[in-house]
Amino acid sequence: MRHILSVLLENEAGALSRVAGLFSARGYNIESLTVAPTDDPSLSRMTLVTTGSEEIIEQIKKQLNKLIDTVKLLDLSEGPHIEREMMLIKVRAVRDDREELKRLADIFRANIIDVTDTSYVVELTGASKKLDAFIKAVPEGLIVEVVRSGPTGIARGEKGLTL
Amino acid sequence: MELSGAEIVVQALIDEGVEYVFGYPGGAVLHIYDALFKQDKVKHILVRHEQGATHAADGYARATGKCGVCLVTSGPGATNAVTGIATAYMDSIPVVVLTGQVPTPVIGSDAFQEVDTVGITRPCVKHNFLVKDVNDLAEIIKKAFYLATSGRPGPVVVDIPKDVTDPNRRIPYHYPREVRMRSYNPAQKGHLGQIKKAVDAILEAKRPVIYTGGGVILGEGCAPLREMVKLTGFPITSTLMGLGAYPMTDAQFLGMLGMHGTYEANMAMHETDTLIAIGARFDDRVTGKIEHFCPHAKIIHIDVDPSSISKNVRVDIPIVGPVASVLQDIVRLIREQGREADRAALADWWKQIEQWRGMKCLAYDRASDKIKPQYAVETLYKVTNGELYLTSDVGQHQMFAAQFYPFDEPRRWINSGGLGTMGFGLPAAMGVQLAFPDAAVACISGEASILMCIQEMATCKQYDLPIKVVLLNNGYMGMVRQWQEFFYESRYSHSYVDALPDFVKLAESFGHVGVRVERPGDLEGAMREAFGMKDRLVFLDVIVDPTENVYPMIAAGKGHHEMHLSPERELA
Repeated sequence: MRHILSVLLENEAGALSRVAGLFSARGYNIESLTVAPTDDPSLSRMTLVTTGSEEIIEQIKKQLNKLIDTVKLLDLSEGPHIEREMMLIKVRAVRDDREELKRLADIFRANIIDVTDTSYVVELTGASKKLDAFIKAVPEGLIVEVVRSGPTGIARGEKGLTL
Repeated sequence: MELSGAEIVVQALIDEGVEYVFGYPGGAVLHIYDALFKQDKVKHILVRHEQGATHAADGYARATGKCGVCLVTSGPGATNAVTGIATAYMDSIPVVVLTGQVPTPVIGSDAFQEVDTVGITRPCVKHNFLVKDVNDLAEIIKKAFYLATSGRPGPVVVDIPKDVTDPNRRIPYHYPREVRMRSYNPAQKGHLGQIKKAVDAILEAKRPVIYTGGGVILGEGCAPLREMVKLTGFPITSTLMGLGAYPMTDAQFLGMLGMHGTYEANMAMHETDTLIAIGARFDDRVTGKIEHFCPHAKIIHIDVDPSSISKNVRVDIPIVGPVASVLQDIVRLIREQGREADRAALADWWKQIEQWRGMKCLAYDRASDKIKPQYAVETLYKVTNGELYLTSDVGQHQMFAAQFYPFDEPRRWINSGGLGTMGFGLPAAMGVQLAFPDAAVACISGEASILMCIQEMATCKQYDLPIKVVLLNNGYMGMVRQWQEFFYESRYSHSYVDALPDFVKLAESFGHVGVRVERPGDLEGAMREAFGMKDRLVFLDVIVDPTENVYPMIAAGKGHHEMHLSPERELA
């Protein structure tokens, strides 16, 4: 099953490589990983998407917690949560395709943030599935380049993943 | 007090109460070596290879329970230390390894003797640090000792660039008495609700087995363990790493379990209805095939490391906490409740166990005119009255020692269990002998293992370490040969060690005493003479039967009930 894990890490050099190394050394899946400092500059927050049986996910959480740099860990998938990913997608936009792509962007509530005579860059934020759907909806052959941030997430409700 | 970075390193070791640093100098650590030269509180032991330094520090830690310390240079110094670091990691041994690094301005430029030590050691340390600012140095060293010795212990590497130890830059020195880390809070107590559940399961057990690992020794849980075993009357077995936590000569001890465990221990594991695992990690050499592991048992698991629980085997009652405190709680609760274990069921269970014991699975041919390795270990036990610190290398001799030298105290049996590092025994014995200068310390080894760290014979000479090396010389990598005999139709591919040195002359060339023993009748006398030489290293080259195998044996991928027993069992 797919799990989305939020990890508060000490904002130390090497903390990221400890996490990445753990996944490769123990053969765990890692679908995506995003990390950036939080409002507290001594802490980084990582969002990690992984898949595995319940036993494996349990081990992943224990092993992540065991890392000395891990301050806190939350499995967002265990409760109601919001998940967002950002995508920048460069598409070839000439003649009739320009109007078609513009309409598609509107339907998905995406923004066109760069325009040339022959291309658009579309910015789209949402759950990963919505991004997948947009890619599918773009007429064949028009995609030049796709860049995705990987999902980040936050639990619903008033409780926060803080110190 | 204003100190340079190099002086801070040394002063921090002094403040930490470090007796010995095992090390080898080199360019990146020269400032530190200069600071070491100017004091006499911390004693430096000059090894002959950095692997020896890590094993010696590791042996010291295993025998004393204190943290071992090493100091090596950058590049090859650090990479040579990696095998020892990984050895300590696999067995959860507290060791702090200080490595030199090239100066910070040239890090990443492929400078002379530069490697990414933090990167290379990351998967085999509990934690590691790169010190970039001399102002952080004292606190990082304190953290390293705290991390290495608390919770589930393990090795910690502190990588120190040369400019951080610059003798011309002095800063105020303060060594923190305590250090706290918000991201690191090892369990201090077991959960009382879980402990109560465990006590209920213990008191209801009909066919219980206690299975202990190295964690009982590391967690200083031997006294409450002994109390619990006596209080319940349960049978107990141990992993290779846990030997000595419970007296092996006691009738309730079933012998070691696992691949080369006893028939009674493994059969009891297979038939038990309540398994009490304490400070053990369900290693594949212990469990055999997971699908066949303890098929009838409710499993209680006590461990300080939550990631050990339900890692390989699903556990029914997990208890995360320090072994000693949890065992004390269990003993207290059983006493408070005034309840007893099921005595009638237990009597039947013991009857069954005694029947398995009657198989005499460790019997061997005592009439042989060759020295049997089992006989050599038994003789070693007899000659030393069981009061030895015994380090081991890896292979058949290690298993024979585990089977035939019953340790009654913890921290006496010192071997590389998890990583299985050949070459561990001799340098580990140096650490033990330094910690206990008046104790009898021996290293049991094979002619293949001993050559992997033979250079440390020179260290033994330099510091007059009167270790007794008991070499079970069968001319083969015995365990490899045994597997080739069993599983590769006796095709002994590269397991015969041709062109061996003359070990007697070799020992003599290092300034030690060498003795060769070839006949069973000469062995006891030779050993008595060797252990009588209290101030000399004696190297006993014992020529043993090259065809002997370690039994019982559970082949990889088999269950506990599928043991091979010795074909000579009936001869006993």
